[in-house]
Amino acid sequence: MSLKEAVHNPYSPWMDHAAPETDVVISSRARLARNLANFSFPHQMSPEAAEQVVHAVALALRDPEFSARFGEVELVRLAELAPVERWMLVEKHLISPGFVTAERTGHQHKGLVLSADERLSIMVNEEDHLRIQSLYPGLQLAAAARLADEADGLLEKTLDFAFSDRIGYLTACPTNVGTGLRASVMLHLPALVLLGRVKDILTAVTRLGLTVRGLFGEGTESAGHLFQLSNQVTLGHSEADIVNNLESITRQVIDQERTAREQLQKQMPVVIRDRVSRAFGILRHAYVLSSEEAMRLLSDVRLGVGMGLLKGLTPRLLSELMVKTRSTYLVKTSGRQLSPPERGELRATLVRQALQGVKNNS
Amino acid sequence: MLCERCKQHPASVHYTEVINNQKRQMNLCEACAREAQKAFGLGPALNLQNFLAGLMGPVIAAETPGGKQRLKCESCGLTEEMFGEQGLLGCADCYRYFGDRLQPLFRRIHGSVRHTGKVPQRSRKNYLLVQEVDRLRAELHDAVEKEEFERAAELRDEIRKLEERLGRRGGMGT
Repeated sequence: MSLKEAVHNPYSPWMDHAAPETDVVISSRARLARNLANFSFPHQMSPEAAEQVVHAVALALRDPEFSARFGEVELVRLAELAPVERWMLVEKHLISPGFVTAERTGHQHKGLVLSADERLSIMVNEEDHLRIQSLYPGLQLAAAARLADEADGLLEKTLDFAFSDRIGYLTACPTNVGTGLRASVMLHLPALVLLGRVKDILTAVTRLGLTVRGLFGEGTESAGHLFQLSNQVTLGHSEADIVNNLESITRQVIDQERTAREQLQKQMPVVIRDRVSRAFGILRHAYVLSSEEAMRLLSDVRLGVGMGLLKGLTPRLLSELMVKTRSTYLVKTSGRQLSPPERGELRATLVRQALQGVKNNS
Repeated sequence: MLCERCKQHPASVHYTEVINNQKRQMNLCEACAREAQKAFGLGPALNLQNFLAGLMGPVIAAETPGGKQRLKCESCGLTEEMFGEQGLLGCADCYRYFGDRLQPLFRRIHGSVRHTGKVPQRSRKNYLLVQEVDRLRAELHDAVEKEEFERAAELRDEIRKLEERLGRRGGMGT
């Protein structure tokens, strides 16, 4: 799928559930920050220089080895996409919100590269000249890191990256210097939230050099019970160590979440079955849904699917609905701005349609 | 939990004040917290950017003639104040110009000041030379401490040779 098609389709291959540990881990990501030597970093550079960086990257993409590995990918400027299309890519987690909102570099000088399978994306002139990202479904950190590393290795044949022999890859923000690697996993932890244990666990995790963020908003009560875990430190550890550390801690969090689910099932089977079935019932039959309600109910239903309480639904469908229920997608489908009540109605309609024919035969 | 002040938005700022052992807690939404902050004269909220600048090492008087002159990158013109506001360095050379003062910041954020990961193919030879120079320097330091002056002289010559090679290859890097 080309980038121009990717902005229309709410589905992205990272939502695929035929991957390891998808009952808890939604996706794995690796991101490398790179800058070209001899150019100021994006926030400090002239439009002319920004343009030269875009050109240099476009040229590097045409390297035969790069296209042999990643296909004929084109560099699309952010200015070529409609605002709602840019936000679609944000909702699909293919680009960062900051890439769309930052105004220091004009959208005509910001480039975006997306491989056909949507596994590799490169943002040009975000906070750094290049942000090479790879995104995989489930727990596949090593694979994600390998793909980003491969892309980096092929690009450096053409591009001269800013590198210091003592502190490694040089980045605009000193928190990224060294490897420039930010590895992260998106986790669904509803049972730990329900049992009131998530805070302790996530606090413990931050002592081990990781950062935790709620997926939407900064509150401790993360909407949809989604949490992102990523490495804090980028300097002084090898890429492999960073990935292994995150992976081993993630595995422990997965175990904790699964134990919590078993506990819910054992201690309050009726309550939990009621909760997930009720969520499914509302989604299946509601005529108005707010964005927050949809997130919450989709999370409950996902828990039900993960616990084997709801049949006939797939995590993939639920991930897709997470994008479809966002205001961006609603505006995109209807082709115009919508008032809040209109949004609530359209959101409910889309969810009903998606769940039509799904029978909760548990 | 709803904001105590407007009772409309979820409270996301939890403010605790302890004065003379009297603890007072407030749970506010972001908008109310911002207003409360102004009212209390707490000053601007700390954010990552401010933190970063705060982690930089102190200015060493000898480094800056006149004492008051602030650091500035000669390549891109980024000043220390700009770094303080944005938390971003302006170009690769900033790492050289702000050099020593960034070390404490690296130590705080990363617990390390030394890259041990991937090296770009074209930097590999240089990288290995720099590693070797640094290793010999540590050895030299050791030798001097132990008053092994003959060994120290050898090491010094070896370092000089390597540094000459590095000079020809285009500098030591930062």
